Formats: sequence, C-alpha cells, structure tokens
Amino acid sequence: MADVNRGNRPLSPHLTIYRLPITAITSILVRITGNALLVAALMTVWWFLAAASGPEYYEFANGVITSWFGDLVMALSVLGLWYHTLGGVRHLIWDQVIGLDIVTAESLSWAVIIGSVALTVLTWVIMLVA
Amino acid sequence: MAYLTPRKRATGMGSAKSGVEHFWNMKVSSIGLLILVPLFLFTFGPALGSSYEEMVAYYQHPFPAIVAILTLSVGFMHFKNGFQVLIEDYVHGAAGQYSIIAMNCLCYAAAATGIFSIIRIAL
Repeated sequence: MADVNRGNRPLSPHLTIYRLPITAITSILVRITGNALLVAALMTVWWFLAAASGPEYYEFANGVITSWFGDLVMALSVLGLWYHTLGGVRHLIWDQVIGLDIVTAESLSWAVIIGSVALTVLTWVIMLVA
Repeated sequence: MAYLTPRKRATGMGSAKSGVEHFWNMKVSSIGLLILVPLFLFTFGPALGSSYEEMVAYYQHPFPAIVAILTLSVGFMHFKNGFQVLIEDYVHGAAGQYSIIAMNCLCYAAAATGIFSIIRIAL
C-alpha cells in the first residue's frame, strides 16, 4: 500500500470543524423541512378522516390539532412549508442554469430565509384574522 | 439482437437503466405544488378549528374539496419521491430498501385515506 499512514494523516475539512456556507445551510434545510412536513401532512389526513367518520371523532381530532401542541406543530409547519417552497423555487431557477455564481447563490439563500419568514408571518396574520 | 445497432440497444438505457424520470417527476410535481400549496393553505387553514357542521358545509363546496384532493395526491407523491432521495443518500443496503418500501406504502395509504375522506364529506 502506498499510503501506510492511514488514519493519522490530515483530513480535508470535515463537518465538525468546517463552518458551512449559507448556501450549504439553506440547502440542507430544504431537505429537513421537506421531510419534516410529513407530520403536518399526516395530521391533515387524520383531520379529514375524522370529519368523514362523524361529529364525535371530528371534535376529538380537531381538538388535538388545535390544542397548543397541535397549533405549535402547524405554525412551525407553515414556516417549513414556505421555506421548502421557496427553496424549491430556487432549485427550479438553478435548473435553468441561472444564478449559479457565488454572489447570486448567496443572495438567493438570504432571499429564501427572509422570504419564508415574511410569508410565514403574513400567513399567521391572515389565519388569525380569518 | 444481431440486427440491432449498438446505438439502438443503448437508447433509453442510462447507467441506472432509467433516465431522468425521478428528477423530472420531482420537477413537475414541484411546479404543481407551487400552485396548489397556497390555494390549499388559504382554504384548509381557515377551516381548521371550525365546528363539524361548518367544516362539512365548507368542504361540500367543489373548490376547497378539489384543491385538497389535488394537494394531498400530488403532495404525497412528491414526498414519496423526495424521501427516496433522502434514504438513497444516507441509508444503504437492505435497511434503505425497506425504508423506501415502507414510506411508499405510507404515502399511498395516506393519500388514499385523505382522498376517500374528502369525497365522503363532499358528496
């Protein structure tokens, strides 16, 4: 073997000591939010199933989903949904070979973060008024 | 086979024996969801927490019911494909295959349950 110093050589920067660039953080968050949305999606299906089952079971399911914990999950899922949506739009833009240079990609990262928070607050306000 | 040219035998057979169908599915469903998600959010959101009578009356209207059916069907297929990429990236071997199969079952079951329920409420 040419490399006898296996295991005791300098390694390339690893996740534990490497400060992730904003493009990497926003990229992994698209994956995390997308997969985390399963919880809210299943709760939504449960809500519809409960309504199809009758008034008593609907009152129970609706009560769980609009309890403080259900509200917390749904409120955070709105943020996850807008984040994943804007992150997806960014991927659609990149698929067209637009905005792949570092400066534009980093600006798009901040646009996704700020945009998703703004849309989330807007959604919460609309939901509270409605 | 002797009559087929190498080009003819290779056409449509990428390195994974399939082309960009998965990527294309994700792309098409994402554009669909771009339209459906805001429509669903602002029809489902206000209905959440309403009384049984209000909820049933609301989802007997065609628009919120159709939006909900489309969002659940396209959404769960998009989720199924997205979850497959997550597993293929991080989990290898049999465990990964079982996870993908299990999530396929869950996604189809959840989509079917949701669609059945909405149709039952609406009709």
